[in-house]
Amino acid sequence: MSEPVLDYDQALLAYEPVMGLEVHVELNTASKMFCGCVNAFGGDPNTHTCPVCLGLPGSLPVVNGKAIESAIRIGLALNCQIATWCRFARKNYFYPDMTKDFQISQYDEPIAFDGYAEVEVDGELFRIEIERAHMEEDAGKSLHVGGVTGRIGGADYSLLDYNRAGTPLIEIVTKPILGAGAKAPQVAKAYVAFLRDLVLSLGVSDARMEQGSLRCDANVSLMPIGATVFGLRTETKNVNSLRSIERALEYEIRRQAALLAGGGTVFQETRHWHEDGAYTTPGRSKSDAEDYRYFPEPDLVPVAPSREWVEELRATLPELPTVRRDRLRREWGFTVLELQDVVNAGALDLIEATVAAGAGAQPARKWWLTELARRANEAGVELAELAITPRQVAGVQALVEAGTLNDKLARQVIDGVLAGEGDPADVVAGRGLAVVSDAGALAAAVDRAIDANPEVAAKVRDGKLAAAGALIGVVMKEMRGQADAARVRALVLEKLG
Amino acid sequence: MNELLRLTAADLADRLASAEVSAREVTQAHLDQIEATDDVVQAFLCTDPERALASASAIDDRRAAGETLGRLAGVPVAVKDIFTYSGLPTTCGSRILEGWLPPYNATITQRLLDADLVILGKTNLDEFAMGSSTENSGYQVTHNPWDVDRIPGGSGGGSAAALAAFQAPLAIGTDTGGSIRQPASVTGTVGVKPTYGGTSRYGVVAMASSLDTPGPCARTVLDAALLHEVIGGWDPRDSTSINAPLPDLVGAARRADVSGLRVGVVREFSGEGYAPGVLQRFHEALSVLESLGAEIVEVSCPHFTYALSAYYLIMPSEVSSNLARFDAMRYGLRVGDDGVRSVEEVMNLTRGAGFGDEVKRRIIIGTYALSSGYYDAYYGSAQKVRTLITRDFEAAFAEVDVLVSPTTPTTAFRIGERADDPLAMYMADLCTIPSNLAGNCAISIPCGVSPQDNLPVGFQVMAPPLADDRLYLVGAALERELSARWGGGILLDQLADSAAGAHLNVARKGR
Repeated sequence: MSEPVLDYDQALLAYEPVMGLEVHVELNTASKMFCGCVNAFGGDPNTHTCPVCLGLPGSLPVVNGKAIESAIRIGLALNCQIATWCRFARKNYFYPDMTKDFQISQYDEPIAFDGYAEVEVDGELFRIEIERAHMEEDAGKSLHVGGVTGRIGGADYSLLDYNRAGTPLIEIVTKPILGAGAKAPQVAKAYVAFLRDLVLSLGVSDARMEQGSLRCDANVSLMPIGATVFGLRTETKNVNSLRSIERALEYEIRRQAALLAGGGTVFQETRHWHEDGAYTTPGRSKSDAEDYRYFPEPDLVPVAPSREWVEELRATLPELPTVRRDRLRREWGFTVLELQDVVNAGALDLIEATVAAGAGAQPARKWWLTELARRANEAGVELAELAITPRQVAGVQALVEAGTLNDKLARQVIDGVLAGEGDPADVVAGRGLAVVSDAGALAAAVDRAIDANPEVAAKVRDGKLAAAGALIGVVMKEMRGQADAARVRALVLEKLG
Repeated sequence: MNELLRLTAADLADRLASAEVSAREVTQAHLDQIEATDDVVQAFLCTDPERALASASAIDDRRAAGETLGRLAGVPVAVKDIFTYSGLPTTCGSRILEGWLPPYNATITQRLLDADLVILGKTNLDEFAMGSSTENSGYQVTHNPWDVDRIPGGSGGGSAAALAAFQAPLAIGTDTGGSIRQPASVTGTVGVKPTYGGTSRYGVVAMASSLDTPGPCARTVLDAALLHEVIGGWDPRDSTSINAPLPDLVGAARRADVSGLRVGVVREFSGEGYAPGVLQRFHEALSVLESLGAEIVEVSCPHFTYALSAYYLIMPSEVSSNLARFDAMRYGLRVGDDGVRSVEEVMNLTRGAGFGDEVKRRIIIGTYALSSGYYDAYYGSAQKVRTLITRDFEAAFAEVDVLVSPTTPTTAFRIGERADDPLAMYMADLCTIPSNLAGNCAISIPCGVSPQDNLPVGFQVMAPPLADDRLYLVGAALERELSARWGGGILLDQLADSAAGAHLNVARKGR
């Protein structure tokens, strides 16, 4: 399936990639874009529908005000101008999962335009110019049954689910991205990651790429180094993860470079990314591109957000993700890499809350990224979905620092919290897990260990301090783990010193 | 029983309110009249006798129980078959929607039901309201009760003919370029195109969204005002509907006072193409208004001459998009689905069989007008003309309170006469289209029969947006004065009681 490709480094020696990224963000408004149906992922097919989102004859759209608010907030967060007056437009084309055979979108009057975003790759800052962010409605979903490819051509029949039809979408379109060179795919990935974090922090989208609530179409073309005229581009669709964006662009750059280097030309077309084999295949040709016959949507009145409202919305913008991350990294004393791990694990908010509940930043990071990440992974849930709160994690850490728990006991306390046995203190009491702090009991146990292992004790006396570990192990075993190992070690050395 | 058919809706409502007659009797009388005359007139695509009678009985029961009912409670109404009404098919006069049962009610349908009117059935229309003769229906040709060889106007010929044939005292229509007013004009009835946004389009199958305007049809101006107040007003389901209270329409119809009113005669709506008999009656009506104290002045609206051209670009453009959904995928007709043919083939076969010539013509024109590279020259230019026409209206309304013209240049033409000449057909809407482009309101009221052919002539009054009350003020004044001169309403006096109306069997003068 894969076409000839050029070695990546070789490709970049000869060609400069020019990218254009179109990102669709599904908004998480309670209802759909133009009707009162619930806006939710999934559901039994065709249960979240009404005459409006089914496009039944006679039905009319009414704009969801919350969606406009979200669109404006996204625009503001991307440093865009917000239109003082704009209209929806009809994009006319046929597809079975489009109920009206046109999509309500925006054409030459987007709600937000002329913005920018900054992303960092390997410590280098890239500025991405935003051309526009516009509002539109999503289509339904087709399921093509039978046939070889799972696509519409050759299918035995197709099933249509209109639950998604009319979901509010914001499409964010960049201007051509130049100058990233070999880092172009990474820049694209960083940009989409930035958008994901942005819409999450704005609270306007679930931004789950795997569920399609954040989708990226990646346009790329190559021009010889030093040239000023862009080459013919391809648009790769079906790129459903951050990693795929980087890989798909790498593949397209290598494929186009091979074509150009061989004296061929790039065919302007849509291509589909195949995650399994890591290659793209041609889709619809752009040369016979449909004429969408855009015209202003006559069923809707223009949107004219007042400047006062726009400023009110600007005041609601949260600290932007890059700014916040930079602040937290400095406050917590994390390295760039440490913070990146935290972000990638989706633990930033959790750690912030844990620190706010009194824990140190490093212990908080340790609990969430190791012990709790492992449990979340085992359970197949997100970190935030674990049945333990940041306050409880901070509580565990406080008990450790007070000497009540050692690491092993702390893990058992976490087990208890996750099992619904209450707060850490409750679990400690309920399971009797506190370390033995009775000095007499501990000293007696150490004495017994020394008496029972005279040869080991002799080695320690002779200065072979590493041998003390065996004695400590014996004591810990007798105390069923409920002792502070450091304290036991100190006692052993004191008695044999 | 015939006596009930001759009553106005206002009179019927009074007799129903005083329990002189029952809603069931009134409903039955109209159903019987439909039964007796519709073989010839063919105004109805379907009737709903069981539900109509059941709802009439329920209204009678509620009245007997002392409940407060709507002002027109128990009065029957006919609805153009382009409004959804669950339980009855909505065909829009098109084969492509054959068999579609809408699962919801149009806002106006619901308002009729909520106001306790009795819906008799759905009336015929040109397919998707495209036409001026109701010959373009995919199902049947409606005949003009004044002369069954002639057209009842269109697209709302079914609703207008039903009124003229005494099959219903009230009807609902839609007016995109004159589809309420031109049928009213050629059938001797009253038709109102409200201010765009003054009546809800929700549940009205769209022809041209920026022009479509639902409105009332009746035999008297007061009846139209009563019905307008039932159906009009803001609807949150229609974004283009206006959130403002309706003016006092019924009050204006009752006041019927034009003294001191400045009436502007549109200079451009006269001359070649206008039948002498039409102009004669129009000018007589002007004299009547003048005699009632109105001041008549001539006004020029220079861009109105481009209205037809602009309309035949904007309307088909919207049509081409609005009708795209009729693709055989989800509802209505499906032709050639043999399990072998592709989606596109089935769609083509279905549209080929399901759409009539006029609909296809407009889809093709509109698709072309919106195409990349042609948009600016066609759709874009037409929108500019639309703005100029709106400005003409604004300038005129700065000088006068209302504008007037003949509703349509001729009386009812013969069935088949213009069927193969679309441009001649389009001329019927010459005087009505500007109000659709500008979104203002207008009414057509009968101003007598042409001495040339004894067929009704319509008088159009146009008023600024949201000044719908002026239509009723002028219309009712003219109607009162003309009726006094004739010794009764045009339909009773000059149709029902004349030889021409014998087939209607509602004459009072014994024959």
